[in-house]
Amino acid sequence: MQSMIKVRGVKTIFDERIVHDGLNLSVDKGEIYGLIGPSGCGKTTLLREMVMLQEFHGGSIEVLGHNLTNIGQKEAQSLRREWGVLFQAGALFSSLNLKENISLPLIEYTGLSKKMIDEIVKFKINLVGLKSADALLYPSQISGGMKKKAALARALAMDPKLVFLDEPTSGLDPISARDFDSLILKLKELLGLTIVMVSHDLQSIYDTLDRVAIIDEKKIIYEGSLKNIKSTKSKFIQTFFSNTPRG
Amino acid sequence: MKFQGEFTLYKVNTYQKEIDKIKIVKLSKVEIDLRGVSYFDTAASIFINSLIDEFAKKSISVELLIDNDDILETIKLVKNSKTHIEELPKPKNENILYTMGKKTYLYYNGFLAFMAFLGKLFITKFHYMKSVKNIRFKEIAFEINESAIRALGIIALTSFLIGLVVAYQSAYQLKIYGANIFIVDMLGISILRELAPLMTAIVIAGRSGSAFTAQIGAMKITQELDAMRTMGFDPYIFLVMPRIIALIIAMPILIFVADMMGIFGGILVANLDLGITAQLFLERFNEVIAIKHFYIGILKGPFFAFLIASIGVYRGLMVKDDTQSIGFNTTKSVVESIFAVIVCDAVFSIIFTNLGI
Repeated sequence: MQSMIKVRGVKTIFDERIVHDGLNLSVDKGEIYGLIGPSGCGKTTLLREMVMLQEFHGGSIEVLGHNLTNIGQKEAQSLRREWGVLFQAGALFSSLNLKENISLPLIEYTGLSKKMIDEIVKFKINLVGLKSADALLYPSQISGGMKKKAALARALAMDPKLVFLDEPTSGLDPISARDFDSLILKLKELLGLTIVMVSHDLQSIYDTLDRVAIIDEKKIIYEGSLKNIKSTKSKFIQTFFSNTPRG
Repeated sequence: MKFQGEFTLYKVNTYQKEIDKIKIVKLSKVEIDLRGVSYFDTAASIFINSLIDEFAKKSISVELLIDNDDILETIKLVKNSKTHIEELPKPKNENILYTMGKKTYLYYNGFLAFMAFLGKLFITKFHYMKSVKNIRFKEIAFEINESAIRALGIIALTSFLIGLVVAYQSAYQLKIYGANIFIVDMLGISILRELAPLMTAIVIAGRSGSAFTAQIGAMKITQELDAMRTMGFDPYIFLVMPRIIALIIAMPILIFVADMMGIFGGILVANLDLGITAQLFLERFNEVIAIKHFYIGILKGPFFAFLIASIGVYRGLMVKDDTQSIGFNTTKSVVESIFAVIVCDAVFSIIFTNLGI
């Protein structure tokens, strides 16, 4: 199967603290891939490295066939249009309303007519489960769950092949969190997305993920499907997966 | 020792004082009676445990009398955790040389970071000029309105008052020598050349420079900047350049307004205090004040604007992930930009004087 992301021997050092020491993983096309690990193990850091927000100090990361180590500005710019990122707190632009937030990349990068853009925004807003009437609200006026949905709509605005989600269900109540999970599954089916997500939510991990990478002690200690995960000897895996949720 | 009632962390201190009064050394056996305790928390448990340890060191035998399983559990919990919990790390003792070296290094790093910022700005400028399409006219217009047009009122008022005050003070001195008419020369040169640009810059630094820092800093904390980067919107093009260009365009206009209002204040005082009519004032003004003074004042505008805007924006980008650093960086932004403006003004002063302008 085609690899969307290849991480080879990545090292990350903060000041004097080594965060990653030679990570290897690969994300295949069309799967939902999870990055899991104890807090402080550098899951979000790895995600930030994949989207070029943070530099790493060794090894290589390849996203959609582009090597991030020596990527040119033009190449980087075109790569950025091929993915969508959902940040933990949404990171919607607070000075713009939802419609403007979602249409911003469309206005900047495409020559589409205003009418067409409005149509796309309307479609995306309803796709993620918001109502068209919400389009004119500002991020400060909506709830946390709506913010996440709106941010997902913005991440999907350019119809990316690859979507990064940073703890999509954190801070949501259990019902919204399950809704969000089924939304992610639905979108994967509908749009054929490849999704990389960082998550702590056990239910969400079991419900949505196809494959996972477990980061602990600066390394990947397990990569693969959830089925045979418990065979791995690791304190983290044993405690984290000890109580399988229902479903 | 008999403990009774609720034994919680609020009581520990009182008990400690009571125990300190007893001369423990003389004792050979202590009974700790917790049978009358109705509620027992972990702080109390830690207290009892350390008491036991203390007695053990002094080889005093201790007998615990407990009839409540919950209390026993709590004491056990603390005892067990004691064996495998490491001590809290102590903050490192740093000597003065180390602190000084660290501070110096931090300042050096800050300087390097500012240089890197200027370099990035320089590159972005080229990118900007490559095509007209890259220039964000809408954002520039928005920023001109936000940070300059809306500042017109306060700048007009401050410079009017400055003109008034300077004129009033000098009128008093000039009257003594009967040199009333020279107030025109004095005001003309000082306001056009120095006071108007400087006052405008200080007001703008306090008003718009700080706003730049706070806006960009808040965007950094809410990860909006990260979001922009991943969407391929370079913050330098979308946020930094428009602000700097807007201020560079607007500053000379603001200085012009400040010039007019300052002179207006002067005319008012000259009229009321020295009996010089507005017509006489302006005729004399036309005669003695060379146009170069006006140009020099205006010319300073873009330079001050660049300093204020770039420091404001740079400080905004330096904000870390906590709210306190917004306050810290906003303060720094205002202090540094006013300082930079005054240094820049001094440099101009020397250059122009040496050039004989």
